[in-house]
Amino acid sequence: MGQNEIISLQNIAVSFDGEPVLKDFNLQIGEGEFVTLLGPSGCGKTTTLRIIGGFVKPDQGDVFFNGKKITAVPPYKREVNTIFQKYALFPHLNVFENVAFGMRVHRKKEAEIQATVRRMLEMVNLTGFARRNVNQLSGGQQQRVAIARALANGPKVLLLDEPLGALDLKLRKDMQVELKKIQKQTGITFVFVTHDQEEALSMSDTVVVMDKGRIQQIGSPQDIYNEPKNAFVADFIGESNILDGVMAGDYLAEFAGKRFRCLDKGFAPMEPVDIVIRPEDIEAVPPQQAELSGTVVSVTFKGVHYEIIVDVHGFKWMIQSTRYQAVGQEIGLEIGPDDIHVMKKSEYSGMFGDYSSFSDEMEGLLNSPEGKGQ
Amino acid sequence: MKAKRAAVPYGIWMVIFIIVPMLLVLYFAFTTQEGAFTLQNIATVGRYSNVFVRSIWLGAVATAVSLLIGYPVAYIIARTRACWQSVLILLVILPMWMNFLLRTYAWMTLLEDSGLINNLLEALGLGRVHMINTQGAVVVGMVYNYVPYMIFPLYSVLAKMDPSVIEAAQDLGASQARVFWRVVLPMSMPGVISGITMVFVPAVSTFIISKMLGGGANLMIGDLIDMQFLGSSYNPNLGSAISLVLMVLILICMGIMNQFDDGESKGGGIPL
Ligand SMILES: Nc1ncnc2c1ncn2[C@@H]1O[C@H](COP(=O)(O)OP(=O)(O)OP(=O)(O)O)[C@@H](O)[C@H]1O
Ligand SMILES: [Mg+2]
Repeated sequence: MGQNEIISLQNIAVSFDGEPVLKDFNLQIGEGEFVTLLGPSGCGKTTTLRIIGGFVKPDQGDVFFNGKKITAVPPYKREVNTIFQKYALFPHLNVFENVAFGMRVHRKKEAEIQATVRRMLEMVNLTGFARRNVNQLSGGQQQRVAIARALANGPKVLLLDEPLGALDLKLRKDMQVELKKIQKQTGITFVFVTHDQEEALSMSDTVVVMDKGRIQQIGSPQDIYNEPKNAFVADFIGESNILDGVMAGDYLAEFAGKRFRCLDKGFAPMEPVDIVIRPEDIEAVPPQQAELSGTVVSVTFKGVHYEIIVDVHGFKWMIQSTRYQAVGQEIGLEIGPDDIHVMKKSEYSGMFGDYSSFSDEMEGLLNSPEGKGQ
Repeated sequence: MKAKRAAVPYGIWMVIFIIVPMLLVLYFAFTTQEGAFTLQNIATVGRYSNVFVRSIWLGAVATAVSLLIGYPVAYIIARTRACWQSVLILLVILPMWMNFLLRTYAWMTLLEDSGLINNLLEALGLGRVHMINTQGAVVVGMVYNYVPYMIFPLYSVLAKMDPSVIEAAQDLGASQARVFWRVVLPMSMPGVISGITMVFVPAVSTFIISKMLGGGANLMIGDLIDMQFLGSSYNPNLGSAISLVLMVLILICMGIMNQFDDGESKGGGIPL
């Protein structure tokens, strides 16, 4: 990964019809980096890409490219190419001419155009499709034409807006590998948009988690998964049990009515916090061996593991285990110090809780004084 | 089966109002007034070749002018905000609600030697220009009457055009002019073709407009046919023959147009 900063968004704010869409948005992207914008629908991912591409003028803030301010530069003069959410191929041109479009506009030599287009079509596995009409291609093939068209221009930065959204799971996985390979080969900086967290974690160098027009967390996939900054990130990335807790002191967290040793320190005495425990970190043990125990409410087979919902005094925990547990059985939940992740309280605290919607015993939760974990 | 039965009334309608009249035209064109077979009518049509040439020429000029005016108008309407689009469309339709004759009369008084425009030119010290009873006046009348038929098909293709395709072209480095020549225009070709058809066909066969604005010297085929059925030189057989030849000529013109369209959609747009 290069150290040079190729794109920088500084203090960007955008609103449409008075509705703020991006707020106080700061993002630095290094040359050759694979950055993914991840967030729920409507959080402003496409808008962020459109600002980089030049299709949206921010109300506030500036966009820099290689250190030069490009806020007012029109899209056609930016060394950035986009793969649009809906492929946006030219319906009046065949596959070859679609891919050649950028080079024709830049008045490249015919021999160079021929050679580059062939190379691009080969790269996306569409050799032999050059003369086809784009309307006769399948969604996956159109997608690959869009990729070839953007890459043929030799951009410094490629913006990809959910490029794999329309593909079936198998093709999606193949294309993920393919895109990652292309990115490594060409060294082009990728800014990739998705709302599929698995895709984001497996492909990126850096993940930017967004919600409601704000960046919630920027970090490597490992950081984002293991050290979520707030309840939103914890809930959005992977499965998590999120509980209200307090820090009884350094390395000592209190939640679910018990005290647990943990690895976090530096909080104020008795500071309220959010506690995250990943389902795969919890060990199912005999009840007497663990601090917490509860009744198995439901078991779902997921292929690799079982997804087990356990009712502990009304709070529904999810655990993932390769061993089957019978519904109605009493089991203990073993939680080690490094399984506990402590987060500061945020606007998202209390919005995400347990897995009660997984079970059909909602009433049990509603009647319980420990409903939200405390 | 149901669908087939439902189609019967339309079938009957088509036979009565399309097939039968066509056959009648054919029949009259190839018979004398006594009902005997003859090729004389078709042969006589040749005498009016200058009228045919003039009609096709004026029709083509009016179509070209309509395209030049209609395309930018349609483009602008398609690019304005949705709430304004319907207002602008209404403005285009509004004159069409006025009677056709009335509209053309209005142009007469505007274009007359002592008409409004000439009075204005005089007042501005530019001198009077003879406009009425010229081919230019006929073209003006046709464009005014038929330009909405150019605007509507163009507007409908331009409004349906996916804006992300235009953004894709900009993204790939095309300036506004290039985006227009390489993407917008080629993609709007179906609208251009149908607009040309909708204007050219009625323009070539127009009458009244040519009589009112063109004077006696600029008669068109429509006037000629009119004369054979209602006018002084009553001869429905010759009128039918002229109609037939006109129909064939228009079909040929349209055939050439469609050829052009096919070439356009397969090729690479207009190089710029
Ligand atoms: N041109 C526009 N005019 C008005 N509102 C807009 C416009 N573009 C986007 N928005 C609004 O801005 C918000 C963010 O939109 P954006 O397209 O960036 O979301 P997104 O994160 O890409 O969502 P998705 O995952 O569904 O594609 C949405 O609430 C959307 O309705
Ligand atoms: Mg989007």
